[in-house]
Amino acid sequence: MSREGAGTDGAGGIRGGAGTGPGGAAPGAAAPGGPVLQLRDLKVRIATRRGLVRAVDGVSLEVARGEAVGLVGESGSGKSMTLRAILGVLPPEARVTAGQILLDGADLVPLSQADLNRIRGRKISMIFQEPMSALNPVMRVGHQIAEGPRVHLGYSRSKAAERALDLMRRVGIPDPERRYRAYPHEFSGGMRQRVMIAIALSCDPEVILCDEPTTALDVTIQDQILRLLARLCRESGVSLVFVTHDLPVVAQLCQRVAVMYGGQIAEWGDVRDVLLDPRHPYTLGLVRSAPDVDEVRESLVAIPGSPPSLVSPPPGCRFHPRCAFAEEDCRAEPPPPLRELPGGRRTACLHHERCEDVLATERSPR
Amino acid sequence: MTGPGAELLSARGIAVWFPVGSAVTARLRHRPRLLRAVDGVDLDLARGEALALVGESGSGKSTLALALAGLRPVNRGSITYDGRPLPTRRSRADRRRIQIVFQDPYSSLNPRLTVGGMLRELIAVHKVVPPREQAAFAAELLRLVGLGEDALRAYPRQFSGGQRQRVAIARALALRPEVLVADEPVSALDVSVQATILNLLADLRRELGPSLLLISHNLAVVRHLCDRTAVMYLGRIVEVGPTERLFTSPAHPYTRGLLAAIPRLAPAGGQEPGGTAGPAVAGDMPSALSVPSGCRFRTRCPHARERCAAEDPALASAPGEPGHLAACHFAFEGIAAGAP
Repeated sequence: MSREGAGTDGAGGIRGGAGTGPGGAAPGAAAPGGPVLQLRDLKVRIATRRGLVRAVDGVSLEVARGEAVGLVGESGSGKSMTLRAILGVLPPEARVTAGQILLDGADLVPLSQADLNRIRGRKISMIFQEPMSALNPVMRVGHQIAEGPRVHLGYSRSKAAERALDLMRRVGIPDPERRYRAYPHEFSGGMRQRVMIAIALSCDPEVILCDEPTTALDVTIQDQILRLLARLCRESGVSLVFVTHDLPVVAQLCQRVAVMYGGQIAEWGDVRDVLLDPRHPYTLGLVRSAPDVDEVRESLVAIPGSPPSLVSPPPGCRFHPRCAFAEEDCRAEPPPPLRELPGGRRTACLHHERCEDVLATERSPR
Repeated sequence: MTGPGAELLSARGIAVWFPVGSAVTARLRHRPRLLRAVDGVDLDLARGEALALVGESGSGKSTLALALAGLRPVNRGSITYDGRPLPTRRSRADRRRIQIVFQDPYSSLNPRLTVGGMLRELIAVHKVVPPREQAAFAAELLRLVGLGEDALRAYPRQFSGGQRQRVAIARALALRPEVLVADEPVSALDVSVQATILNLLADLRRELGPSLLLISHNLAVVRHLCDRTAVMYLGRIVEVGPTERLFTSPAHPYTRGLLAAIPRLAPAGGQEPGGTAGPAVAGDMPSALSVPSGCRFRTRCPHARERCAAEDPALASAPGEPGHLAACHFAFEGIAAGAP
């Protein structure tokens, strides 16, 4: 009954205060504005027949309260593995071999599955790319949304149902009383993703991890979902970690972005700084290789070569074999670390000034 | 933009319907339940032109492309090629003229044939070149798409996604088609690889000059590659016109919404990330099983009035711009009023 009582104020308010989680008292929890989630030198290795894959190779970043952080990169850049490591849902062959994942200052890496189960869905939840495979096809949608509050917050059946209806309204599912009893297959793709978001929100988590949640959606529906996520961030102060390969999507939703390449962060900073004025040749390449809806370019500048093998990555900077700026020092081990630039941004490139030159010459004739 | 008579491939009143549900209920209702994937489309593709078909999933763009390529019979309407009607069962020569590149290069190539085997088979069946020139021609095709000669002996699984799409393009080009249909040719590829394939398509068009019908949901890709653009919604073309004009002064509310919904690197008007503006287009596309009366877009249209539910708007051209057509009762009102 005491748990039920504790849940009451959580349901009414947007956030029922910083709950002391099973991970122990968190020093950072009381200070608003401090990072909710922090990764410190995270490393994930996957054992395969071809050898040890360095899927995530020393990733550090922090997510502030109410902030949306983008994690962009191509397939194999380690962005999804980073996300999965946070939630402790790595594939069986993969393991976190080093580093810390700090939620409110408490490290999640050493926690047992049982301890993690009390955090997953409660303090950290996740939205997947394919809602149809993430939802239970034989369970009514309303019950799926109500499940979290029942299990984690100890709500009674009727109170959880009320909470589910309220969430369905908040994520913009029309006619929630009727839709509560529907099954996932009766929903459109966009509505299913709204259901996923309602489930993710159901226990007022601190962080929602989003794994390409709009990639499978049409552009008008993607626009609706992005605006919904932005509104929820603003209204409830939940933080988002948003994984995608689509740079403009990040520009629309996120405040800060990490560009990943070969399991490492190539560039980090304010979304507009990084995407409009890149300081890493890989980011620059991504920006210049995509066609623009608003202007026609003569031809697209592709990035030559292909992504590195993560079993035996190239020495030094992971990007140097494909990089036009590469010099002798780029090939030297260890790989260049992220360096702080003015304005709180960071880059791993040793010759980042050359990006400025490229951008300057490109913009001058116009 | 394209004068009459220049059309290479023309469609008039094309409709493709799929019966859904069981045959028993269909008999009880005395008519089958029909999914109207394509529901009355007129389209012209001129020689050497690049035309884009854009729309969201379920708009019928891929079905229309398959029908034009002769891979899907049509229920209504006619398709003519160079002024000559094409029958449902096309001759080998006609099939050769229109070739298609599919979206997913992982499933559109035969995994048990080497690239050389695949190309030689095609070349031999269609007698593209004399037998003794086959090998040289196959190598030439691979050079065209930027692959080395050693690719001839390789199997599709040995290639990356971008390379496979190059093989798929070489396969389509092997028959020296006059029309190349590309159905979402880059959407299965990584961003940095997409650019190389888009550049390749642009170069091939310049060098070989086939007409291109590009099916895509990515409007940036369309703007980059195509001369004209047709926007589809729920089985119909709602707007068609020269690409530049359609992107700079879209006339149909759906086209406007579609353009506004695209995320941009620099959000319009210096909007903050995660801004408070409402969505560009509200709601979901209705099911093709129950198409709304009148205008198909009215259920999501911010300007819908009574007339929109009663009357189905036909494609009408903009004043002074015969090549720019939109199917909206009020499409050119603003433009007409504001014209000098």
